[in-house]
Amino acid sequence: MQVRPFEDVVAEHGATVLRVCRAVVGPVDAEDAWSETFLSALRAYADLPDDANVEAWLVTIAHRRALDVGRARSRRATPTDAMPDRPAPHADPAARDPDLWAALQRLPTKQRQAVAYHHIAGLPFAEIADLLDNSPDAARRAAADGIKTLRKIYQKDQTS
Amino acid sequence: MTANIFDDLPADGATLARLHERLERSADVDGVLDVAYRTIDTPVGTLLLAATTVGLVRVAYDIEGHERVLAKLADAVSPRILRAPARLDAAARQIDEYFAKRRKAFEVPVDLRLADGFRRTVIEHLRDIAYGQRESYATVAAAVGNPRAVRAVGTACGHNPLPVVIPCHRVVRSDGSAGQYVGGPLAKSTLLGLESAGRE
Repeated sequence: MQVRPFEDVVAEHGATVLRVCRAVVGPVDAEDAWSETFLSALRAYADLPDDANVEAWLVTIAHRRALDVGRARSRRATPTDAMPDRPAPHADPAARDPDLWAALQRLPTKQRQAVAYHHIAGLPFAEIADLLDNSPDAARRAAADGIKTLRKIYQKDQTS
Repeated sequence: MTANIFDDLPADGATLARLHERLERSADVDGVLDVAYRTIDTPVGTLLLAATTVGLVRVAYDIEGHERVLAKLADAVSPRILRAPARLDAAARQIDEYFAKRRKAFEVPVDLRLADGFRRTVIEHLRDIAYGQRESYATVAAAVGNPRAVRAVGTACGHNPLPVVIPCHRVVRSDGSAGQYVGGPLAKSTLLGLESAGRE
């Protein structure tokens, strides 16, 4: 089985990776994280094993790049606990399901990551545990707790 | 747990298009865009144009199957392939001009890595057949020093990686009929007709 043109990878996984990025780093930094992810993936693409799960591989890269983007932000920005409630004005209208992304930003980091990697990217908890450096059970709990809180905040936002 | 709360999010088409353009640019700047491609609409159908950092590496007709051609490029050149039109701007413009009869020769760098050995020799010779001229398969075979290789010349023409730009359509049968063509007989007669109409 030969390696597919990278264009196919972008077409097939671009939307999912964008949602993962929005969930993990927030709508403002998501585009930087997405760009870094796909540029890194393109760089390494020729070395990807034939039987690799491409989406899991991309999420792993996104996870690392998201950390980088987060670090860059904390270096350049004044530290702030709360993420802005609204995406930046230049963000795409499609990115403005404001309450869902804002609600995600209020979750603890590991919950947010577990929710993104499992409920958006569909990664199994064993693989998420590797990324989060915890156990599959802990990853499962983090995702469940995250979703529970999210439903509470998100639905309250929607009805308010 | 019931429905996934992420299922109802709106599509991100505009954002993804913008991000794709950004990826095209940064991949090129970083030197990791091994093959860039685009398509162009012409009187002989939609052509796929692909270029390495060296030059134009492939022109493909619709009937060759663009997906299949890209998969082969991934295998033969590199899978680091993106739809990235910028690198093909000059080639696309010149092909437009050719079909508008405002251009008789192409001036874009080419990358002939997909043709080697005898086929490469034939392809190199084809580049010298001028606009509006025709040569027979036998003449080409003689010109490349192998007069008995008429059939092999036909095969080489059929595997021309850069049809239209490298004019394998100018090679015709000794009896004057057009002969076979990678883009199909209609495309060949269209190109020959276009060029003879342009003759003074």
